[in-house]
Amino acid sequence: MQTDFVKKSILPGFTLSLGFTIFYLSLIVLIPLSMLFIKTSTLTFVQFWEVITAPRTLAAYGLSFGTAFAAACVNAVFGSIIAWVLVRYTFPGKRIVDALVDFPLALPTAVAGITLTELYAPTGWVGHFLQSVGIKGAFTPFGITVALTFIGLPFVVRTVQPVLEDLDPQIEEAAASLGADRWQTVRLIILPVIFPALLTGVTLAFARAIGEYGSVIFIAGNMPMKTEIAPLLIMTKLEQYDYAGATAIAIGMLLISFALLATANYFQWLTSKNLGKT
Amino acid sequence: MSIEVRNIHKKFGAFKALDNVSLKVEHGELLALLGPSGSGKTSLLRIVAGLDFHDSGQVLFSGQDAREQKVKDRGVGFVFQHYALFRHMTVFDNIAFGLRVQPPHLRPSEQAVRAKVMELLKLIQLEWVVDRFPWQLSGGQRQRIALARALAVKPRVLLLDEPFGSLDAQVRKELRMWLRRFHDEAHITTLFVTHDQEEALEVADRIVVMNQGRIEQVGTPEDVYHNPANAFVLNFLGNVNFFHCRLAEGKAIIGETELEVPGLSVDQPKIAKLYVRPNQFKLSRGPGKGSSLKAIVEYLNPAGTLVKATLKTETGERIHVEITQEEYRQLKLVKLMPVFVSLKDVSYSEYVQTAG
Repeated sequence: MQTDFVKKSILPGFTLSLGFTIFYLSLIVLIPLSMLFIKTSTLTFVQFWEVITAPRTLAAYGLSFGTAFAAACVNAVFGSIIAWVLVRYTFPGKRIVDALVDFPLALPTAVAGITLTELYAPTGWVGHFLQSVGIKGAFTPFGITVALTFIGLPFVVRTVQPVLEDLDPQIEEAAASLGADRWQTVRLIILPVIFPALLTGVTLAFARAIGEYGSVIFIAGNMPMKTEIAPLLIMTKLEQYDYAGATAIAIGMLLISFALLATANYFQWLTSKNLGKT
Repeated sequence: MSIEVRNIHKKFGAFKALDNVSLKVEHGELLALLGPSGSGKTSLLRIVAGLDFHDSGQVLFSGQDAREQKVKDRGVGFVFQHYALFRHMTVFDNIAFGLRVQPPHLRPSEQAVRAKVMELLKLIQLEWVVDRFPWQLSGGQRQRIALARALAVKPRVLLLDEPFGSLDAQVRKELRMWLRRFHDEAHITTLFVTHDQEEALEVADRIVVMNQGRIEQVGTPEDVYHNPANAFVLNFLGNVNFFHCRLAEGKAIIGETELEVPGLSVDQPKIAKLYVRPNQFKLSRGPGKGSSLKAIVEYLNPAGTLVKATLKTETGERIHVEITQEEYRQLKLVKLMPVFVSLKDVSYSEYVQTAG
């Protein structure tokens, strides 16, 4: 007998595919994740709390989440603009620019880190220029943000792009014929429609940036309390064979990330439920 | 407000969308731009709206050149084929949009906006959808909302781009009668684009028939239907049969058969194309006086106001004929029955050359 739990569908194989999905997710995500909790449970709650509230850990959390957020915000603005340009205009070399967007995904992050450090170091091309106006490039939170912006860009562009492609230019023409100027059209017509996708892209870029390691360690300088990111702190703990301490910090990150992602998803749902299909 | 376009040229790459088009739309007129796709009718409409730019020529609004006026300052209400409603806004917000984006010193109070929106919803008889979203409405309802939205800003001109093109036949008929009634009350200068000749003939005060970027004919529906300027207009405004023939005094010689053509006078024999509408034939059971074309009934459709029949002549040509139900009963027409065809009238004849 069929239960009401499963809606009847003409597509066969629901039980099989659901079973596979759960198995696969367990194997790839849930089991490794649970190991994290099992390892941490060798600590008492007081010990756990001490590890994740240690000044050095808090500074690392602050730096990781702060720079990741800043980078995601930068990407929100410039990623949207790039997506807009790629959708709305045709120009020579457009396909190359389009391919270039994916570049940060394909490049080994360590290579990106070394390159960016070269550029932003006080002797580098960009760093030299920045120093002359009194900004330190590499080995500061600014440098970290630059690296995180670099790796997060494709996420925003690739999520916003298809939504912009779907946006009928006639919607904008309708707004113009009703007397709206360009800014009103962008603010009242385009932004609300792309907002859910933009939020998804920003969330992805943010999530990616929180866990980023390879490209950051070179440009960060890794001074405890100043430019030491949370993933690096975890590595440091591991190198000292403090496995429980390392997983405790990881769980702290995980919980904060989870809360932030859940909030972002809630807003995404809230803003997209009225968009309908047409 | 009157609209005049003078010598408009517009090219998309090598394609001539508009080729020296001039047209005057009188104040308060309901004008249809009719033509097949690619005839330039939508381009012309978009240029008048300011959504596209012409290469050369002039667009005049009440005698003033509108070239420097941006879309938002032209005071045109534009209705798109696919509605172009703002999908993240309720019906209310959609209609109120044009009022709310006005500069602060002109913007009406929220109360006035509400009153205006409700007034428009009443006009389109959709007061009950005020809080819905566009995607919750049917096509016909959406298009009426789009119309209300365009009317909210009190446009001086209403421009409609195939407004009923993506609706069901039934809804389309209702809406076009509604548009006609609305226009009779509001007298707002209206220009609408359509490829549906029936729609144009039924709704418009005057019809502009366009083809390949040029205007073929401008006139009242009656005028363009009964006195087509050329074969294209004739063809586009309804089904028509055409025959290659030789014309001599009062007669058309089609193959071996001589047919009498009422009202035709040619001074010398000519090779011609003869265009005959389906309702301009007379059918009889036997050969009448004068000569007639012999054919058999190949296909018959008596369902409708008129009975449609396809006849096949002895030379294998097909003729589409429409007769009244009364004639149909008198003739006792059935499939494969032989009939004799003569001409009551001819719509149009085009002379190819003088026969020797």
